[in-house]
Amino acid sequence: MITGTPKPIEELLEMLEPYENIIVAGCFGCVTVCRVGGDKEVQVLSSTLRLAREAKGKNLQIREVCLERQCDPEYLELMRPYLEEYQAVLSIACGAGIQFLAEKFSKTPILPGINTGFLGVTERQGEWTERCQGCGDCVLHLTGGICPVTRCAKSIFHGPCGGSVEGKCEISKDVKCGWQLIIDRLKSLDQMENYGKIKPYKGWDSSRDGGPRRILREDMI
Amino acid sequence: MLPCTGRIDESLLLKAFENGADGVMVVGCLEGDCHYVNGNIRARARVERVYQILEQIEIGPDRVRMYNLSAGEGAKFAAFANEFVEIISTIGQSPINKARSGNSQPVQEVES
Ligand code: SF4
Ligand code: SF4
Repeated sequence: MITGTPKPIEELLEMLEPYENIIVAGCFGCVTVCRVGGDKEVQVLSSTLRLAREAKGKNLQIREVCLERQCDPEYLELMRPYLEEYQAVLSIACGAGIQFLAEKFSKTPILPGINTGFLGVTERQGEWTERCQGCGDCVLHLTGGICPVTRCAKSIFHGPCGGSVEGKCEISKDVKCGWQLIIDRLKSLDQMENYGKIKPYKGWDSSRDGGPRRILREDMI
Repeated sequence: MLPCTGRIDESLLLKAFENGADGVMVVGCLEGDCHYVNGNIRARARVERVYQILEQIEIGPDRVRMYNLSAGEGAKFAAFANEFVEIISTIGQSPINKARSGNSQPVQEVES
């Protein structure tokens, strides 16, 4: 899922300073699961903003909404009938959802309520860790199911580097060396032959280096 | 009144302040004694989060507090309630209520 963290409340209050009548928009997708932008978070954030503003003697009217997803146009359209009654939208979906809102409703300022993080997994309730950087050319079949792009701090393809010490990465004693993990896993799978197979050249044009990406599925259009 | 403090979430507590409460006390069962295993432990974490929110928005964190007691401890409940009322009377009106009434003085109790 796409993860994120709430923006500091002072930052949001500053952002909202010019407005008196806004929508706080959540999303029932990824951000609900990682507890940063769902229905509950809409309620808590809206109450917090109203209280903070009222304590300073200023009002803030908020319409609280939570869309099924903010990254699909049909759900965004549900906001169109009432959008014009509000001065701005504070969205607590991921950056993709926030931008899609801004794109569809070009006359309304759309503000980010969270800092979007990474593609990750839930380790346990309240803890998420990164797993994939969407490189567009997956090599997990060669690396024992462990991603060298994400789990190696340098994203190298022929690790480990000289900074790997006792299974830890040189960036921090708390970070495991991705390549040590890959080798350990290949050994336990009895697939060490894959270690030598890793491509000599990783093309990054399928990743962000090729600019904003697009997927076109002719069969679905 | 809720069947378990585990039902309490941050928005319920904040709503109480929006609705004009100067302070909110959450009273749950003794820790380790929850009929639903850990409802009161969850409630404590949420009360702590509201404590932090109230601090950040300068409403005063001490306006929310959690107490734990068993259902049979009526006298203790009364003592906790009195203690909390005392704390809130000392802190005074919440900035929300002050702003609403346009009155910066705490409301004085008038003897009849
Ligand atoms: S808008 Fe973002 S958070 Fe919501 S479902 Fe889509 S990708 Fe997930
Ligand atoms: S190799 Fe690329 S697609 Fe596969 S997990 Fe890593 S970043 Fe994601």
